Amino acid sequence: MEGDIAAMGQYIGAGLACIGMGGAGIGVGHVAGNFLSGALRNPAAAGEQTATLFIGIAFAEALGIFSFLVALLLMFAV
Amino acid sequence: MATGQDEGASPFNIHPMDQFQIKPLFGGTEIHWYTPTNVTLWLFLTVAVISFLLVFLSRGRAAVPSRGQSMAEMTYGFVRKMVEDVAGKEGLKYFPYIMTLFTFILFANLLGLLPYSFTTTSHIAVTGVLALAVFLTVTAIGFVKHGAGFLKLFWVASAPTLALRLVLAMIELISYFVRPVSHSIRLGGNLMAGHAVIKVFAGFAGALGVGAVVPIFAIVGVYGLELLVACIQAYVFTILTCVYLNDALHPGH
Amino acid sequence: MATTTEAANGAADAAPGMPQLDFSTFPNQIFWLVVALVALYLILSRVALPRIGAVLSDRHETISNDLEQAQELKQRAEEAEEAYKTALADARAEAQRIAADARAEIQKDLDKAIAKADAEIAAKSAESEKRIAEIRDSAADDVAIVAKDVAAALVGAVLPSASNDADIASAVTDRTKG
Repeated sequence: MEGDIAAMGQYIGAGLACIGMGGAGIGVGHVAGNFLSGALRNPAAAGEQTATLFIGIAFAEALGIFSFLVALLLMFAV
Repeated sequence: MATGQDEGASPFNIHPMDQFQIKPLFGGTEIHWYTPTNVTLWLFLTVAVISFLLVFLSRGRAAVPSRGQSMAEMTYGFVRKMVEDVAGKEGLKYFPYIMTLFTFILFANLLGLLPYSFTTTSHIAVTGVLALAVFLTVTAIGFVKHGAGFLKLFWVASAPTLALRLVLAMIELISYFVRPVSHSIRLGGNLMAGHAVIKVFAGFAGALGVGAVVPIFAIVGVYGLELLVACIQAYVFTILTCVYLNDALHPGH
Repeated sequence: MATTTEAANGAADAAPGMPQLDFSTFPNQIFWLVVALVALYLILSRVALPRIGAVLSDRHETISNDLEQAQELKQRAEEAEEAYKTALADARAEAQRIAADARAEIQKDLDKAIAKADAEIAAKSAESEKRIAEIRDSAADDVAIVAKDVAAALVGAVLPSASNDADIASAVTDRTKG
């Protein structure tokens, strides 16, 4: 019985950790959307800034990956 | 779920993590530090593919390149331009190192997408070594080039008050040491997640019988996304390396 | 789910469900990764990158050489065109000069011929006039003779006694003069 409760806690925790991925999605969308609106305003400068775009997306996405990692750890490693 | 019981109670018999198992190549169960495993196999396949592309295909040295030579030259030009744009002319000294990282990660990711293959870059040990190598190299370059002046990287001189500068220095220091962690987990996590998702959909397909058409189409979509992720993660890892290198070469804000 | 690893191998019993966190395999992975990376680095930095760099710089050189050559050829072509144009202009000027000369010469000849013709015409007309004058004079003399003869004949017919040739002649001369 105790094991069942622990397993339940793991599943619930993993599910909750996945909420963090939504935050990463919002962040990535924000970066890409703002880049696009800026790029449409000044298309000439957009080409040089794609590297910055990818760096920004990578930083935003890394946090989502962290929450995914927490979910995985709860599922498999705890 | 180390305590996992009641296996097989669910119709979905999905093991998304099995594909990351490390197995000795020539039988046996013990994995010593020297045992050739599937990791070894795919690491060296990666090296072989890169060598094929960059050495064998460019052997013609033609002024008008063949298709293969063009690919090698484009890869070369792409990475070289990235290093030059981000880290400046001084960064070109470390171009072979960054080229090694980029081609290795790119081809490890792409080879990992082959069915029945093993994705070396989905393992924290591998990406951790790559990220730690970058971190140590960059820190060493910074201290060798600038001595104690490298510490200016943490001192935001443009902040208005001393207290603020101290707080910022703490934040900068912490973010500096978090770099290898995020650097490695971003790469490893992305690949692990993508491959696990494909495996989960594949498990659905196995359980649904005729209805498997839907997850199969989903797999095709996710596979395309993973192809994109494989390239973008290699690019991101490399460009972040260039950014860190730039910090080491030109500290101070 | 972790129980499935038991089927894979016995060693995984101790390992958690995530192979990534199975620390017993870390030395193995790290060792082979370092070997692979060093091999790749040596291959790239010793063979591949210098070769591709040399090919690229060769090509760059060739292209810039070709461009230079093309520039030179273009310049030469422009010079040739310039020379052609001057030659053409010279030739045209020469042709015009020759034409003008020829025209002048022809004009001179023409003038000369006209002058000569004029002179001839003048001489001929002078001669003609002289002849006409002679003819007219002789005609007048004839008229006078005829008149005298007629007058003498008339006088002789009308007044045969009064015929005096000298008087008649002077009278006719007086009348015809009037």
